Amino acid sequence: MSERIRRAFAARKAFIPFITAGDPSMEVTEQLVYALEAAGADLIELGIPFSDPVAEGPVIQAASERALAAGFTTDKLFEMTARLRKRTDIALAFMTYLNPVYAYGKERFVRQAAECGVDALIVPDLPFEEKDELAPLCEQYGLAFISLIAPTSRGRALRIAAEAQGFVYCVSSMGVTGMRARLGTEIGGIIRLVKESRDIPCAIGFGVSTPEQARDMAELSDGVIIGSAIVDIAARHGKDCAGPVREFAEKIRAVL
Amino acid sequence: MSIPASPPGRFGVHGGQYVPETLMSALIELEEAYNAAQADPAFAAELDALLTGYAGRPSPLYFAEKMTRDLGGAKIYLKREDLNHTGSHKINNVLGQTLLAKRMGKTRLIAETGAGQHGVAAATAAALFGLECVVFMGKEDTERQALNVYRMELLGASVRPVTSGTQTLKDAVNETLREWASRLADTHYVLGSALGPHPFPTLVRDFQSVIGRETRRQVAAAENGRLPDVLLACVGGGSNAIGLFHDFIPDPSVRMIACEAAGLGVDHPKNAATIANGSVGVFHGMKSYFCQDEYGQIAPVHSISAGLDYPGVGPEHAGLHDSRRAEYVPVTDAEAVDAFGYLSRPEGIIPAIESAHAVACARRLAPELPADSILVICLSGRGDKDVAAIARYKGAVIHE
Repeated sequence: MSERIRRAFAARKAFIPFITAGDPSMEVTEQLVYALEAAGADLIELGIPFSDPVAEGPVIQAASERALAAGFTTDKLFEMTARLRKRTDIALAFMTYLNPVYAYGKERFVRQAAECGVDALIVPDLPFEEKDELAPLCEQYGLAFISLIAPTSRGRALRIAAEAQGFVYCVSSMGVTGMRARLGTEIGGIIRLVKESRDIPCAIGFGVSTPEQARDMAELSDGVIIGSAIVDIAARHGKDCAGPVREFAEKIRAVL
Repeated sequence: MSIPASPPGRFGVHGGQYVPETLMSALIELEEAYNAAQADPAFAAELDALLTGYAGRPSPLYFAEKMTRDLGGAKIYLKREDLNHTGSHKINNVLGQTLLAKRMGKTRLIAETGAGQHGVAAATAAALFGLECVVFMGKEDTERQALNVYRMELLGASVRPVTSGTQTLKDAVNETLREWASRLADTHYVLGSALGPHPFPTLVRDFQSVIGRETRRQVAAAENGRLPDVLLACVGGGSNAIGLFHDFIPDPSVRMIACEAAGLGVDHPKNAATIANGSVGVFHGMKSYFCQDEYGQIAPVHSISAGLDYPGVGPEHAGLHDSRRAEYVPVTDAEAVDAFGYLSRPEGIIPAIESAHAVACARRLAPELPADSILVICLSGRGDKDVAAIARYKGAVIHE
């Protein structure tokens, strides 16, 4: 397991922001990583924009469209990430649908990701049954292949957790990513079950958008993933979003 | 030719279950319900009764004598799925899945639709069984298939225009998957084609393979026990094609040809010819061929036919292409529109613009075949829904 991921969960509740890479530009994405690190993020998820992101709500869908329209390519992301890695030691994960990985060449993608200093891969459309597409390659190149557990995982949760690496991404509630007024707490029960079987960090994502929600979810878990709320700030401020994103991230950090 | 055995839900390398974890429990529930239904004679009996009494099966196999004479060559038969209740083959699958939904205790159906034929069939079954129904349809498609939108609403369904992406069939599938992930407990996703994550490609194919089983019987009855020589069907996702083909896969003498939508031409950027132009990828829950760019972004596609305007193809077709058991040929918008008019005259049958792709291919192929050969075209749907759009394509202005 990546040392950087272990460290992200070692000292405190982990704050894991998500941003869509290339929205509005690669330069701004790079600035956002530094801003989020300065605000106290422990692990940063860089989302690879995809033409048809079926697990995403409207905010991240729109960000993906903007990034692709602005000329995002997987190669540009690797270049930017390699540059980033020279300046920061923060844990980094790529979040991507399988098809961009598949089209790039699975081994070529995983090798490049490892070479430019990525620590983990999160692939929302690759469930436990299909994880052999990437998990063995991730193992070979030293990346954590992140497993997801949902409120409907029930009997599957322990099997998934038994083979999970890095941390378990726990989906707070059904549906797609996006800001929600209220979050269920049934994922808490599944996390307790996982924890009884294995000592592995569990972070909650999907729908978490306010400091209050972040605090509540952190009580049930080891960390909180926040995406749409940050991507929404980036959308509203465009190329000048680093300041407002940092302010928001500091508020989240303060309650964790 | 034998097809290598694959695990359930795999067709060679294709198929699988590439969906978010949130959906896995629903797919497992569906597979279990389907396995239980297959073991229960009452399920088959109830479905048969509906197919006969409600949908109007068996659909006729019609000998197109004038077309045969006109083209000179193979004897042409039309498998008249257009005569089913709701006007297409889609009802076969919808009735099967709705019975499954009932067995699972679901009270709400959601569906994607391209041309609107599947949406109409889903709305019809929902009305029959007293279920709530929501149909997702690309906004562009709601405009080119306005008649079907009104039919769905008349049947009590609500139609949600999808404004994301290219606003066509693939975006309707995206949105229906998103809706399903947010509401599994009372909702069944009636997927309309032989695509998507396992078990959909298998169960949709099973429900549609009644087309091929009837065709085998009907050709044998009309032609002294013979098998057909050539089967022709249009392919988008490919449910009518796999429905016709499946029963004949073990018969090596039967040539199977699927016609994919080449839009403005296979070499023109505006086409939807997935097998001709696509490459292997993973999308909409399955591994198969997809039109995509070098970075795996799904390409915008085009066909005059909303039902074939899809950047992928069902995984069993991808497998049949890899094994060369079936042939996949491109047919352009212009050829399909020509065939739409062609069948209307000598035979007095207006085909759906989707099915017209198969008719177009028959016009090329039949004259090259010997006079005693038997060619079956799956006429997957009727063309009433397309009349206004074809008129517009030809520059005429008519109001529906």
